[in-house]
Amino acid sequence: MDFNLTEERGLLRDMLQKFLGEKYGHEERRKLIASGKAYDAGIYAEMAELGVLGAMFSEDDGGLGGAGFDIAVVFEELGRAGVIEPILGNAVLAGSLIAELGTDNQKELIGSVIAGETLLALAHAEPASRYDLNHVTASAKTDGGQIALNGTKAHVLNGAQASMLVVSAREAGADFDETGISLFLVPTDAKGVTIVDHPNVDGTSAATIRLENVVVDEGARLGASGEAFAAIEAAVARATLAVSAEAVGAMEAAKALTIDYLKERKQFGIAIGKFQALQHRMADVLIEVEQARSAVINLAGHLDAPRALRERHVSATKNLIGRASALVGEEAVQMHGGIGMTDEYALSHFVRRMVMIDHLFGDVDHHLERFISLNAA
Amino acid sequence: MDLSYTPEEEAFRAEVRAFLSEKLPRHLSEKVRLGKRLTKSDMVSWHAILNAQGWLAPNWPKEYGGAEWDAVQRMIFEEEACLAHAPRIVPFGLSMLAPVLMAFGSEEQCQHYLPRILSGEDWWCQGYSEPGAGSDLAALKTRAVRDGDHYVVNGQKTWTTLGQHANWIFCLVRTDADAKKQEGISFLLIDMNTPGVTVRPIVLIDGEAEVNEVFFDDVRVPVENLVGEENKGWTYAKYLLTHERTNIAGVGFSNAALATLKHVAASTQSGGKPLDQNPYFAARMALAEIDLMAMATTNLRVVSAAAKGQAPGPESSMLKIKGTVIRQELSSLLCRAAGPDAMPFLPDYLDGGDNVPAEGPEHAPAAAPNYFNMRKLSIFGGSNEIQRTIITKAILQL
Repeated sequence: MDFNLTEERGLLRDMLQKFLGEKYGHEERRKLIASGKAYDAGIYAEMAELGVLGAMFSEDDGGLGGAGFDIAVVFEELGRAGVIEPILGNAVLAGSLIAELGTDNQKELIGSVIAGETLLALAHAEPASRYDLNHVTASAKTDGGQIALNGTKAHVLNGAQASMLVVSAREAGADFDETGISLFLVPTDAKGVTIVDHPNVDGTSAATIRLENVVVDEGARLGASGEAFAAIEAAVARATLAVSAEAVGAMEAAKALTIDYLKERKQFGIAIGKFQALQHRMADVLIEVEQARSAVINLAGHLDAPRALRERHVSATKNLIGRASALVGEEAVQMHGGIGMTDEYALSHFVRRMVMIDHLFGDVDHHLERFISLNAA
Repeated sequence: MDLSYTPEEEAFRAEVRAFLSEKLPRHLSEKVRLGKRLTKSDMVSWHAILNAQGWLAPNWPKEYGGAEWDAVQRMIFEEEACLAHAPRIVPFGLSMLAPVLMAFGSEEQCQHYLPRILSGEDWWCQGYSEPGAGSDLAALKTRAVRDGDHYVVNGQKTWTTLGQHANWIFCLVRTDADAKKQEGISFLLIDMNTPGVTVRPIVLIDGEAEVNEVFFDDVRVPVENLVGEENKGWTYAKYLLTHERTNIAGVGFSNAALATLKHVAASTQSGGKPLDQNPYFAARMALAEIDLMAMATTNLRVVSAAAKGQAPGPESSMLKIKGTVIRQELSSLLCRAAGPDAMPFLPDYLDGGDNVPAEGPEHAPAAAPNYFNMRKLSIFGGSNEIQRTIITKAILQL
């Protein structure tokens, strides 16, 4: 058993931490979000150069990592700095699916994702699907070698900034069937694609995408017809690990800000960190952050395990991350008092991201229920 | 990172498992499995079996007859022993006093006492807490006054676990009443057969007399029974406490308790279906399991970071809090699973008597006593509030 990072991962972490420390301060980040640009192309290109995108893919796919601990290391640092750049939806979700299902021809996209040239987005969730990955109502109808796509996709991360979409649609079966779901590569400028962009509460960007008789050819399908569900679930497992590690980074940042504040802020003539009522709650914050870190390690270590074991860790980790995030976020704000509520101060940004991560890929209740049913299976 | 055990560790686990399946007496594991009470001879006989194997003292160096296991090996043994329902190893002599003697005691003391701990000839108990000095240990008042080549001890210790079985007690005593709180304390070994020592059992909330009061009335203790230097006892006490807190996460206990709980919940009918399909019960069980999965890894991280044979630092406070909260929750769930069958109080049955008919499922009679007994976890060994204060000072530096 070894809880140390490999040398390569340690170097990547240090490099990324240094880079983000210098270039991704709170003020720069706030300006970026206020600009409505969804991300900073310059920073993004530099991150690509540092190997951040490459770390999401295996060497076979032209990357430099691709394992659970690569994702965890990178995303913890992204979380610590509050990075909104489109790495999750692009490389982890859409990119993983192309790596898993794509033909050699289709996989050429990965090289340009790693280089920071192409932005992908996964258009899978729908307005009514909530957290059910198998709930797909968008349809794909084949007619003479041509496929017509119809439906509405919701919460497509960086959907408006991407040039290529990975779109899920049903070729067979009923709305909740796991079989019958296929994935297609669809350029965002294809005829019949309408994209409505919106910012998220946490500063990231997502879009609602309507597909009206969008026509693609057979070559646009990723993998076999109707058999994409397992790959979608595996990609979401990777994304769950990514946001869980990101949440740990954000929790660490929130914890550090709160400790500093408890030492500096004086009331009744002494630093408020001397009050036992706050000390003990801060000790619990520390314990929950360490528990969250352990949960991320558990998931990272089981990301390539057989499905049943992997998904058990997906649900255990996401549930625990959601509980820990709520506790750490709420306590950090409370212990800061009014200043913790302000947009100007960095804490509120970390807390917003931590809490919104609970709304990605299944919240605490969803995963608690899922963990129970996986246990029973 | 690599979450898998090395082939050597896997082989060790297999060896432990084979040993337990061959040498752990069935009547003992049944008692432990059902939460029944162990007698002194139960515990002594298990110690003897482990000692014959050379496994009784995992943390001792080989020169003193220990197994000299590293932290991961100790954890593996604990996990396997718990899953096999082995009796717990009484820690007072083995893992509390012995490290102090090895670090601070004289060569004569080591040569004399350590073999007797292994052989079971001596049963030690701990004389730390006093009425009015629990988690605030340094507030202790028991006096030891030098009189020639003896100390004369007067005072009272309390919460002395399994003191009714002991023939020796290691005590913190005040040898300088004028010094600052922590500076006038000495570490003294007292033969409980000395005139003036009285042991009085305290029946606890679970109905069992697990702890005792120990009174000292002009007890004459030879000066050679002082460990280390006079008035330096606080240093030794703190050293002992770091060892007390090893394995404090209790992952093995929790794993075993969770396995029992799952079995009970699956075989208990509630509203026409198994209890583990009740959404509220299932949710509480799942939350405890999810917390335990993470805590097992937190424990491994702390254990693997601690140097070989060393006790972990303030991180053990984190493990103590989380580990005890999880164990308490599991005991609470097992008690709730028993439902109305948790109500009968059957001490004769718990003491191993076969003539008492136990109504309901086999785990029910011990469920409530166990729940009540587990409340001690967040109180003893430095209450969880004290652990939070340690975290605050040592890790958060507030």
